[in-house]
Amino acid sequence: MAMFDRGARTIFLSELVSGLALTFSYMFRKKATINYPFEKGPLSPRFRGEHALRRYPNGEERCIACKLCEAICPAQAITIEAEPREDGSRRTTRYDIDMTKCIYCGFCQEACPVDAIVEGPNFEFATETREELFYDKAKLLANGERWERQLAANIAADAPYR
Amino acid sequence: MDELWSGYLLPGGIIVAQILALLVPLLVIVAFLTLFERKVMAAMQLRLGPNVVGPFGILQPFADALKMIFKETIIPTGANKVIFLAAPMLTFILAMIAWAVIPVGAGLVIANINVGVLYLFAISSLGVYGIVMAGWSSNSRYPFLAALRSASQMVSYEVSMGFIIISVLLCVGSLNLSKIVEAQRTVWFALPLFPMFIIFFISTLAETNRHPFDLPEAESELVAGYQVEYSSMSFGLFMLGEYANMILMCGMTTVLFLGGWLAPYPLPTPVWMGPFWFALKVTLLLFVFIWVRATLPRYRYDQLMRLGWKVFLPFSLAWLVLTAAVLVYFDLAPKTVM
Repeated sequence: MAMFDRGARTIFLSELVSGLALTFSYMFRKKATINYPFEKGPLSPRFRGEHALRRYPNGEERCIACKLCEAICPAQAITIEAEPREDGSRRTTRYDIDMTKCIYCGFCQEACPVDAIVEGPNFEFATETREELFYDKAKLLANGERWERQLAANIAADAPYR
Repeated sequence: MDELWSGYLLPGGIIVAQILALLVPLLVIVAFLTLFERKVMAAMQLRLGPNVVGPFGILQPFADALKMIFKETIIPTGANKVIFLAAPMLTFILAMIAWAVIPVGAGLVIANINVGVLYLFAISSLGVYGIVMAGWSSNSRYPFLAALRSASQMVSYEVSMGFIIISVLLCVGSLNLSKIVEAQRTVWFALPLFPMFIIFFISTLAETNRHPFDLPEAESELVAGYQVEYSSMSFGLFMLGEYANMILMCGMTTVLFLGGWLAPYPLPTPVWMGPFWFALKVTLLLFVFIWVRATLPRYRYDQLMRLGWKVFLPFSLAWLVLTAAVLVYFDLAPKTVM
């Protein structure tokens, strides 16, 4: 009987037909892909993208040049030089991140005691030249200004879990 | 001068006009078939498909064509230059000239010859030469393997296709394609010869090297098979030829089994509706071509050969004998020699 069953299934191509029916039904299902770059998928508040240096609401730089990020960076992508400012507070004179070395592990933002260096939600910062990826302090502060609202919102959203 | 005009120039001009009237729409359809294929495949794989060039990506084929034309044709040093360049042309030309006998409507055929089926069968058999030439002249391993596969595959499936065509001819009594269509006024041959229709359709898949029989260009093992060394427009001609061949085979199936230009209802229809019904049926078959591609994995080579020689050949031969027996026993065979 099993042989008869199998034979009938072969002759009437039932497996073929059921396979075709399955693919046909998939034609009318919801698409699994999105229309990037016009649509984008959701990002977690913990998403580790492009770096930014933040400022306090009064405009003062957060970074106090403790160099913890430089020390913890496993790829040694961060270079910091620092000296006291005229008013005596300690600030960086140079804060570079080599984005081609960075592995986006997020250790720098974990190490930072003042939430100055953070990894933002931006992941679309491809450049045409390699040099453009050697970020300096000005670029990082500019990023901080550009993304501040979202960065602050992300930090607030993640705060209960820390 | 008068004789030159009425004897040569006028008929020549008319024929050229007829050819252009068939080939220009055909090439446009080939272009859009590539888009259609990508869109349907995308839908079945839950993707969006091309949608950036023009509304709904409708201009994508033209963007592809432009890109193809402006690229450099690279000829490998080891290649046999003449054959290497002739192969895509041959594929393309063969895919085009076969359309001469396909009737797209009542009386709408360029060459209404009495051996239309034979001509069609001969031309489609020649198609393998383009691939064999490409594979051999590339002087490279993958194309050569692909050419070998393609040759044996196309030869194998032509045999059972031949038997199927003969069983259709038994029911019609003519090799003229227009008469074959006219003979289907009462019932399309797809119904009484249903198993043959299925086998014929599967054989056309093998004949056009489409999935699941795309062994000559199996991406996962032969990179791109016989097209590996081709680039630019010589590759483009292969693509055009392949898709034109797909349409041709669907047209052939339509003429032989789905009643060609006849409407699916038995009422009289105006002549201009003929091409519409023909195109609709061909489009449906092309959709099935793509649908099958989106569904089935590739056959292993020995499975392909087994299916051709041990399943299709005996089955179509048996069904041919059965058809002949039924026609004779019930006295249904066409009497008059057309």
